[in-house]
Amino acid sequence: MVRVEEVIDESPTVRTLIFNDTLCANAKPGQFTMVWMPRIDEIPMSVMIAEKDGNAALTIRKHGPTSTALYNTEVNSFLGVRGPYGNSFDAKKGSILLVGGGTGLVPLMRLSKLLVKKKSNITFIMGSRSKDEVIFEKFAKKILREGKGKIIVTTEDGSYGVNGLATDAAAKAIEKNDFDMIYTCGPERMMKKVIETAVNNGIPSQASLERLMKCGIGICCSCCIGRYLVCKDGPVINGEEVLKLSEFGLYARDKSGRIADMW
Amino acid sequence: MLEKDVDLSVEIAGLRIRNPTMLASGILGISYEVFKRVYEAGAGAIVSKSISVEPMEGYKNPTVVSVECGYINAVGLSNPGVDAFVKEIANNDSVPIIVNLVGSTEDEFVSMVKKFDNLNILAYELNLSCPHVAKVGLEVGDDHELVSRIVRSMKSNTKKPVIVKVGLGASDIVETARVSRDAGADAITAINTIRAMTIDIETGMPVLSNRIGGLSGKAIKPVAVRCVYEISKNVGLPVIGCGGVYSWEDAVEFMLAGASAVQMGSVIGEKWFDAFKNVTKGLGSYLAKRGMKSASELVGLAHKY
Repeated sequence: MVRVEEVIDESPTVRTLIFNDTLCANAKPGQFTMVWMPRIDEIPMSVMIAEKDGNAALTIRKHGPTSTALYNTEVNSFLGVRGPYGNSFDAKKGSILLVGGGTGLVPLMRLSKLLVKKKSNITFIMGSRSKDEVIFEKFAKKILREGKGKIIVTTEDGSYGVNGLATDAAAKAIEKNDFDMIYTCGPERMMKKVIETAVNNGIPSQASLERLMKCGIGICCSCCIGRYLVCKDGPVINGEEVLKLSEFGLYARDKSGRIADMW
Repeated sequence: MLEKDVDLSVEIAGLRIRNPTMLASGILGISYEVFKRVYEAGAGAIVSKSISVEPMEGYKNPTVVSVECGYINAVGLSNPGVDAFVKEIANNDSVPIIVNLVGSTEDEFVSMVKKFDNLNILAYELNLSCPHVAKVGLEVGDDHELVSRIVRSMKSNTKKPVIVKVGLGASDIVETARVSRDAGADAITAINTIRAMTIDIETGMPVLSNRIGGLSGKAIKPVAVRCVYEISKNVGLPVIGCGGVYSWEDAVEFMLAGASAVQMGSVIGEKWFDAFKNVTKGLGSYLAKRGMKSASELVGLAHKY
């Protein structure tokens, strides 16, 4: 169990919970932890970076009962964390495009830190619905200040930054630049567009996927998509492989394992 | 003898499988594409998750918890239900699939068999031993009259072999196997997980949402070996050993106790898909060193002592 040391309000619906845990602090970008709220639920969460060494964080948007319970976690409460599990983004040196939407920005934040260390040149597109929902902009600026890179914030309603979708900003950036690698995480249809653009332009890409998860360790199959298990083979999967998955962007298995319309 | 001359294939209930390893029910068992992958990784056969008449969502998380000697799970038999699963495996052309079924009455089992029977599947395994869901599993297995009715009606509705998976409930496991045999079962799988729980000392709360689950893995291996030994010695049906098979040594031990094949589950959490080849490779060299031509020569060798 870990003790929540600090709670940060990122937006009216998003909070970050900071805790001390060496394993999570050293998680690789993309890796997730299974977070246990005693007698409530246990869910997979990408491990967010924290400013202080040895600390890690969870960033949660409240939408259903479980995420709302986690969102409402108070300082000094205890959470179970197991892991981190799963693979990670393969951080490349070079000219890099990051495209994230909403809390899908979490693994890209950890990745951006690693890319800065590798002296990559980063273009970081941070998508959100509106000004209120823009998260991590300051933190990302702080990380990128130590290296080369720029941040493009997009809002769907045009209330802040570039008016429009993250995918449109990504397409423009790809047109103007020669990227060596593209990483994306966020809503599945957003990722699908980003990867299609990457593949069409011959740029290698990776996406971090999310599926319903139970065991987190590769034995229950709840998170399978095609031949992959998101918890073991993923969550990060190469773009070209992702596009071969007929379920991607359309369907996901529900709690019973039936393939259902999810979006 | 050279390893390549050793025949790893075994026969159980008239079925020939390429080696004695099987994926145990409940593990990775709902996706045909994943089945193919498990088969490519070397498994002799794949047992599906327990399939029920209606889809089941299972329990809330946590459903699986790791303990020092294995796992405790109370997944709650989550499965897509018979109709969706029939679709899932309808185009099976190459994978030896054993369909595991769960239900409360003989009518439920028979209605599912009617939907599966024309598909390319090897056999049925009946889950009469799940320890953490009411009215199915062990509660059925402990009711020997019901066991008998279910097995009989299965047998009169299919020509495929019927395997009964037994566990440690209130009744004697050897007796459940005997009742199954008398009703016409072709083989026995032993054992299922054993009722267990774990409590978090920080909060004082049970970890699993269902509080009680089933223990699997290394902790239950000696118990499983004993059950396989007693059943194969006293019941006279082929036995598939299950419970804590992690290595080829474990597989050999189960076979010496009388298992014709072994099922593997918890080990997947550690060795992932390599688990199957690890076992078959080690088994092959063990047999070669002893000059044994066939894996089936091992079955029940410990009975004579």
